[in-house]
Amino acid sequence: MFPSQIALGLAQAAIAAIMALAVVLLARRKNVHLESDAAIALLRGIVQIVAVGSILALLLKAPRWTSVFLLVGMVLAAGSISAKRAKNIPGAAKVSTYSIAAGAGLVTAIMTWAGVIDTAITSLIPVGSMIIANAMNTNGLALNRFRSEVLSHAGEIETALALGAAPEATVARYAESSIHSSLIPAIDNLRSLGIVWIPGLMTGMLLSGANPMYAAIYQFVVIAMILASSGLTSLLSTMMIRSHAFSPADQLVLRGAE
Amino acid sequence: MSAPNHKAQLEAVLRAEKLGREVAGKTILSDISFDVATRDLLGIVGASGSGKSSLLRLLNRLDEPTSGTVYLDGRDYRQLPPRDLRRRVGMVTQRPFLFPGDAATNLRFGPAQRGETFPDAEIARLLERVGLSGFAASEVSVLSGGEQQRVSLARALANRPEVLLLDEPTSALDEESKLGIEELVGSLVQDHDLTCVMVTHDRDQARRICNRVILLEAGHLIRSGTAVEVLGA
Repeated sequence: MFPSQIALGLAQAAIAAIMALAVVLLARRKNVHLESDAAIALLRGIVQIVAVGSILALLLKAPRWTSVFLLVGMVLAAGSISAKRAKNIPGAAKVSTYSIAAGAGLVTAIMTWAGVIDTAITSLIPVGSMIIANAMNTNGLALNRFRSEVLSHAGEIETALALGAAPEATVARYAESSIHSSLIPAIDNLRSLGIVWIPGLMTGMLLSGANPMYAAIYQFVVIAMILASSGLTSLLSTMMIRSHAFSPADQLVLRGAE
Repeated sequence: MSAPNHKAQLEAVLRAEKLGREVAGKTILSDISFDVATRDLLGIVGASGSGKSSLLRLLNRLDEPTSGTVYLDGRDYRQLPPRDLRRRVGMVTQRPFLFPGDAATNLRFGPAQRGETFPDAEIARLLERVGLSGFAASEVSVLSGGEQQRVSLARALANRPEVLLLDEPTSALDEESKLGIEELVGSLVQDHDLTCVMVTHDRDQARRICNRVILLEAGHLIRSGTAVEVLGA
């Protein structure tokens, strides 16, 4: 029916996008307006993933070390995207990039060194990108939660500052709750693994003929790596962002309109 | 920045010199100068949006002036570590923002920031001074608005400040609690040799307890003097 696998894929992508847009229209009827965000996200998503597919097709014949450049590019993009969740906090992009680089980078490097992740581009890039993407989401959740906690507790924070408290101590408990809430999805993913969902990586391995038991165990390995990198990212970003919420004169800069 | 008047500095504990603040190109305060001496209770009066609370926030550097500065005991406050400055210039806000726990926990907070312990006897004495004898172990969440504001005052005093800033401390209280807090503030200023600056929108309150008043309008100081001179009899 389709002349090639690519044509089949595009047709499938169109059906999936139509379904997503139908949900957006349904939300619109309930006065929840996601049209422009969803349309842009769908368009960006297909363009970006096709671009990555094209790059992967080219990289298949390239030396293995070239995948490092692609992963670094992904980290930079992830830092910029998730920093938007920390609107009005100066230095959020830098904090996000450093945290994702350290969290995802360290876990990917250790697991590659230990032989858990194969250095082949077809293995390192997909697994590395999963780790980076999840670190990005966790970082975004942590910063977003931190921002809203600080904004809604500005009075308590400034009261503590006015009593001579150190700035970072005044937001310590909000940072802790941000770390905790940002890790809920990663922990729930691990908890529900195999019961509620069978992740894409395992599905792909099964479709490509891998041993089902090995596919299952390797999926656990990936989800555990995601938890480790997400946890490290969240921990680092909330530790670093605490000081960015204050000016050098210990004034809370993350406040509502004056 | 112009040189401060040294004679005035010696007399005034707190001296604001040409203070101004702009946010995103909008002038919040402009060219505000005044001084306050020991046992003075200076009222900052003005309509809503006139910049009263914004001015108070500049005095303990919770916000940064975009022009001018403040001298504390003759020293430019930008030369002081902010935490030390805020220990010396205490603040009580309209909402008390008490920390979860009992009254004693709240009173220990300030000294604990400097690694100091605040003895139980001191807590009892301070609570008695603000009219809350025997309230040390009381959960702050069950206290009335007036009692919470008294705990907030005692918490600020536990830091042994030289200057006390009060931002509409009675605006959320009933008439009886309001008069009680006014009386308490007046006596604390005298007994503790405090220098006090109080924001109020209530002109009668300013007449009752402030010995000096400044009137703000749209971020500008319009008048200053005794309460009667500024607000009339």
